[in-house]
Amino acid sequence: MENNKFVIAVYVDNKSGVLTRVTGMFTRRAFNIDTLTVGETERSEYSRITICMRGDEYVKEQIINQLKKLVVVKKVEVLENEPIKRELMLIKVRNDSAMRNDIMTAVDVFRASVIDYSPEGMCIEVTGSPSKIDAFVKLMEPFGILEMCRTGIVALDRGTVTLFSRD
Amino acid sequence: MQLNGAQILIQTLIEQGVTDVFGYPGGQVINIYDALYEYKDKINHVLTAHEQGASHAADGYSRATGKVGVCIATSGPGATNLVTGIATAMLDSIPLVAITGNVPCSLIGKDSFQEIDITGVTLPITKHNFFVSDIAELADTIRQAFQIAKSGRPGPVLVDIPKNVQVGKYEYEPQAVTEKMPLPKVKDSQIDEAVKLIKEAQKPYIYVGGGAAGLGLGKAIVDFANKIDAAIGCSFMGLSAIPQDYERFLGMQGMHGHYASSMAQDQADLIIGIGVRFSDRATGNVAKFAKQSKIIQLDPDCAEINKNVRVDLGLVGDVADTFVRMAEKCESKSSPAWLAQVKKLQDEEKALEEEIAAANNAPLTPKQVFDVINGLKKPNTIITTDVGQHQMWAAQYVTFDNTRRFVSSGGLGTMGFGLGAAMGAYTATKDPVVLITGDGSFGMNLNELATAVTYKIPVVIVLMNNGVLGMVRQWQTLFFGKRYSNTVLDRKTDFVALAKAFGADGYLAETVVEFKKAFEKAIASTDKPVVIDARIDKDELVLPMLPPGGAISDMITKI
Repeated sequence: MENNKFVIAVYVDNKSGVLTRVTGMFTRRAFNIDTLTVGETERSEYSRITICMRGDEYVKEQIINQLKKLVVVKKVEVLENEPIKRELMLIKVRNDSAMRNDIMTAVDVFRASVIDYSPEGMCIEVTGSPSKIDAFVKLMEPFGILEMCRTGIVALDRGTVTLFSRD
Repeated sequence: MQLNGAQILIQTLIEQGVTDVFGYPGGQVINIYDALYEYKDKINHVLTAHEQGASHAADGYSRATGKVGVCIATSGPGATNLVTGIATAMLDSIPLVAITGNVPCSLIGKDSFQEIDITGVTLPITKHNFFVSDIAELADTIRQAFQIAKSGRPGPVLVDIPKNVQVGKYEYEPQAVTEKMPLPKVKDSQIDEAVKLIKEAQKPYIYVGGGAAGLGLGKAIVDFANKIDAAIGCSFMGLSAIPQDYERFLGMQGMHGHYASSMAQDQADLIIGIGVRFSDRATGNVAKFAKQSKIIQLDPDCAEINKNVRVDLGLVGDVADTFVRMAEKCESKSSPAWLAQVKKLQDEEKALEEEIAAANNAPLTPKQVFDVINGLKKPNTIITTDVGQHQMWAAQYVTFDNTRRFVSSGGLGTMGFGLGAAMGAYTATKDPVVLITGDGSFGMNLNELATAVTYKIPVVIVLMNNGVLGMVRQWQTLFFGKRYSNTVLDRKTDFVALAKAFGADGYLAETVVEFKKAFEKAIASTDKPVVIDARIDKDELVLPMLPPGGAISDMITKI
């Protein structure tokens, strides 16, 4: 079966130790995660975990069912139908007078912004779909990437659909 | 009323219907033990020799009754000693509440004396666990622990209570016993799909597992088998769920399953799995498992559907409800050819067994041990086991007269489980208990003999003594060219003297006549455990056997 990328959104109790329970299950059952993000939601009692991973239908079904069994998990959904996905990256590149203009053009085109600037280096913030981030990284490679850090994706369904309105 | 945390804990246990607990005191549970002293007329505490024994006792207590078993241990080593018992319960879906003390919150995270992050340690081996940092949440956490342990697919829950919470004071109001969380009801349309698959099948095989044990479905499953002309087999965990005298009950299938049961499952065109999880020991090579068969699986756990084996229809919900609705909707049908095929397999099995028995002229064979036990054991006897060859012989040969009569560690395969479990099963039921063990397993936790003597538990311990670690040795015989690495127990233990030293009785049995005499005397004991040192040959094998990773077609039936 095909190994497709998919995004899972999970509402969990907003309590300490919850992330360990979720990630521990993934390790224990040998599921590999591409990215995982966690943060507050519109409901203070819950956090939302967004997991991006690859697998066939069988893996997907197992992951969903194993997640549902965790006591701290309140709601699990696979975000099908092309959800809105965004990722944020901070990337530090060498600031070199010969390349500065090229870097600034890329920043412009990608609607990124320079958030720290020194004569030797600059830090750029870029937000967008994972593929846009990938493209920006590729573009920066020739200039010398000093350090970079990506958040992993957050995702929401399109339209007025919410995780809790699905059932 | 205002109570301290330890009192709130014990009150909540009583409120939840707990009458017996197993445990061992220590520095960080001393307050809990002080409260137990206060409530000793309402809650019976069994002091074991080791916390592991307490965890297995709580497990055996639960397996024999379906009630939630409870064990208590102190922080640090007390808590870690529970780990094997908790994992055993987890793998076999046994409802358990393990209570541990911990250092006060002010000392947490400082590597204090006997501090261990037991919720961290037990995260993968509990259904859920709790660290109670606020006394206001103590009673509700205990209630929730019981609810989680017994709801859906049952399992162990650990509650870690730091000392300051045990000492603090808070208001306590008794509540009713928490109800199980309701399971989803299988849709009628899905029941109809099952009925259709059953209607189309020519060779149905009902496969009963641990999820059906204790649901009281035995008679209903037999009726259903008669209605649709099915054969019945079971997994290791499903033993004792089905009335043994039913002519088409083929017994356990799988790695050491009965020939007829494994073969019939392989030849069936429909497997109806009731509370089974298709473990690797049951399926053998999963790629070759039940190739010609469709599979219907009834289970309370959605994650069991398609986990090990792809099924054609998964029915997730209350197993008893699903089964009864499905069985009712099915029409009667007959498959004489299938019944004849099953009968032929049973005849072949009988011939095989007779051939093997005739070739064995040892003074005491495993088969003879179980013939004696089956013939003499009292009605409603609970058979507990340790792990190894003796366990598989018990699974193959013991005839059970009631459900919840087989108490054995299936999924985890925990050597040393049996004696603690036997004490728990007896404490819960006061029914006759026979422990089948081996010299390897018994050596692991025989310290609990002291407990059984103290509490006057008349467990009959049949120690199948072959001087070797028989199951591993069997693998070495068959697959490692008889290179017996560390499986020969060159010990000089005198088990009869050992039993007597503990205050129990002990008998030596080297022949079948001696064994019969010893067993007769042993089951007459009413106030103390009895050890029968039953000598069997070190080269006895558990057969049939599927080689590891093998399929049914690779079955070894004789050597």
